[in-house]
Amino acid sequence: MADETLDTKGLNCPLPILKAKKALTGMAPGKTLEILATDPGSVKDFEAFSRTTGNKILEQDESGGVFRFVLERAG
Amino acid sequence: MAGDMRPNGKSMSIIVTKGTLDWAYPPFILATTAAAMDVKVTMFFTFYGLGLLKKKLDLSVTTLGNSAMEMPMMGGHMKMPNIMSIMPGMTALTSGMMKGLIKKKGVASIGELREAAQLSDVRLIACQMTMDLFEYKPADMVDDLEYAGAATYMENALQSDINLYI
Repeated sequence: MADETLDTKGLNCPLPILKAKKALTGMAPGKTLEILATDPGSVKDFEAFSRTTGNKILEQDESGGVFRFVLERAG
Repeated sequence: MAGDMRPNGKSMSIIVTKGTLDWAYPPFILATTAAAMDVKVTMFFTFYGLGLLKKKLDLSVTTLGNSAMEMPMMGGHMKMPNIMSIMPGMTALTSGMMKGLIKKKGVASIGELREAAQLSDVRLIACQMTMDLFEYKPADMVDDLEYAGAATYMENALQSDINLYI
């Protein structure tokens, strides 16, 4: 279970990333954020976001067109 | 900068020269995304791009000069020929169609992206010369802008990792 969940279903680029960043900024290092998205581009984008910002992707899956990511807030 | 997680020391500048609905997107999408990825961003708004800093945004898109424009329609795509732009109300029609698509597809409005840019400390510079040229007043523009010129842009660009002209 992630510490917080962010629902970005229906939103398009770059909103899922912007909202994820905003949510992570308000969290303590080490806390986890679950993100739900329907934008197929968000898969590559969250990977790039993670590599660049250091917020690690702990889990990643897809079911019924909904992409789910669990990110760990970088220290 | 507020919200930095692992400051990467990278920076980007964008010169924004276009003020139509379609051309407003690339600079604001890149600026807000870069800021979300801990990149320090400066946007320099000049000529028609300056209009994107007006408090009241009323953006439009025309078929004229956009010969590749086509709109999704009933499962296919409708070409929007240049010649249609001479018909009265055509720009309002294409602008309305695009704004409808933007809403339907969950794409942010330019107002939302601009607000996101300001909230993430993107440095917004309004070209003072263009302000004078087109007779804009600071009261017409959003708050927290810097008013400056080419030398200010150059000083910033010389220190930036990425410099874009859009």
